[in-house]
Amino acid sequence: MDCENCGERKAKITLTEIENNEMRTLNLCTTCATLKGVSAGGGSAPMADLLAHLGGSTGDTLFDEAGEACEYCGTGAGDFRKSGRLGCPQCYAQFDRQLRALLRRVHGSSQHMGKVYVSTAPDADPEQVRLSTLRRRLERAVEIEDFESAADLRDAIHALTEVP
Amino acid sequence: MTDGAAASPPIGTHGLDWLDEEAPDGDIVISSRVRLARNLQGYSFSAQATGEEREALLEKARAATEAAGVLEAVDFWEVSRLDPVDRLLLLERRLVSKELIGKPETGPRRGSGLALSRTRALGMMVNEEDHLRLQTLRGGFQLVAAWRDLDQLDEEVGARLPYAYHQEFGFLTSCPTNVGTGLRASVFIHLPGLVLTRQIRKVLEGMGQLGVTYRGLYGEGSRIVGNLFQISNQTTLGKTEEDLIDQLERLVGRVIGYEKQARAVLLREAPNVLEDKVWRAYGILCHARSLPFEEMMNLLSGVRLGVSLKLLKSPRVDVISRMMIHAQTAHLARAAGRRLDEADADAFRASYVRRALNGAESN
Ligand SMILES: [Zn+2]
Ligand SMILES: [Zn+2]
Repeated sequence: MDCENCGERKAKITLTEIENNEMRTLNLCTTCATLKGVSAGGGSAPMADLLAHLGGSTGDTLFDEAGEACEYCGTGAGDFRKSGRLGCPQCYAQFDRQLRALLRRVHGSSQHMGKVYVSTAPDADPEQVRLSTLRRRLERAVEIEDFESAADLRDAIHALTEVP
Repeated sequence: MTDGAAASPPIGTHGLDWLDEEAPDGDIVISSRVRLARNLQGYSFSAQATGEEREALLEKARAATEAAGVLEAVDFWEVSRLDPVDRLLLLERRLVSKELIGKPETGPRRGSGLALSRTRALGMMVNEEDHLRLQTLRGGFQLVAAWRDLDQLDEEVGARLPYAYHQEFGFLTSCPTNVGTGLRASVFIHLPGLVLTRQIRKVLEGMGQLGVTYRGLYGEGSRIVGNLFQISNQTTLGKTEEDLIDQLERLVGRVIGYEKQARAVLLREAPNVLEDKVWRAYGILCHARSLPFEEMMNLLSGVRLGVSLKLLKSPRVDVISRMMIHAQTAHLARAAGRRLDEADADAFRASYVRRALNGAESN
């Protein structure tokens, strides 16, 4: 079916409107639907936003094609500008100055405020790991006054620490 | 099917328990989902990693999920060993991303994996864009509860596998749009009232200013079908996980309020038009002999609106949500036990919908 507004493109979206107690259904192409205010996405998707920052005039100075590549994985600034994806965790150290500026533009901040992570050695005693996990969760449960969970967690910690 | 398929547990048709009749705000919000992006130290990100690295990572992830108490009885699949219909089935349930299952021509990349709890509500994708994408899905508007489950899974997995983490930037991700918390929370929401009263643009654009983003039914760049939208947080860095969840929850709460107002306006200003629209939709669904997916979704949107405004007595909204899942092509093909071309699928869909509505009526 062709778009009922422009007649040029294929209709992709069905729009139903009610006006003055009358209903009409319009089959529209995405362009006309967008013009009518029903786009298929918006509020700027994160990835599109990032690529705009990278490709725009502001991006030019940040990730210079001629700059060095990541020592660990070989991803260069040019690769990143094209794909919007980094190659490995080390890339964050390699490009840290540029990324800090980019993150401020994209997220409004470059400082992580969320969960703190302390890596436990892969061969750490699983019972100790479980215990520290439970203790962290207990702290949080108490913090948010989720007493039911807190009681369960306390029991679980007891069960692990009590010598049989 | 490949040789190894026998060793994989069946996907099963169960695991829709999260579609609960009692789900909070279930007449407007279909589901709440939270995902966490995590990567392991010492490996390139999935796109750059070698086949061997991806497979080594898959085995580590398998061991970590099998040991995670919060998953209880966990099923683990190597995606390449799954039947192509099963892969689509998982996509239609929103349990995997398109990226994980790969293009139909090429299939998934080496080492792609999926872990899911028996209820299918909690799990993780392995070797997607990031090494791990932990995820949780709940019926209705339950972001906080969804986050609580996911946080616990993250604690357990993070205690066994060393995450790539940076003092300043937080959890490191392949794409800098996910770095920091790595958290993407979203609700899948039905907004016919706002569409019909033409306020949807104003509401959605207003949200864009407040750090959230929206899209149509099938994710990024997809079109709007059945007045369904997915609303999610736009940024992941500079706020705590709880703040991100809280912010989205409050915003969606407001959208729910606007939607309820719009429905009340429709009932007051145009009751006859509305009632006619709802019953026509119901009538077509009850009698059609061929139903393309999008048409069905648009009609079900009308029925769902009718049920939540009590213009229709049945089916219940959770039954409608179930129909939205089971009437997708891979689900129909699985029920039919054979491949369906488009005309077959439309006919099969129509007969499935007729039966589902009859069943709902006699209950
Ligand atoms: Zn048009
Ligand atoms: Zn690198």
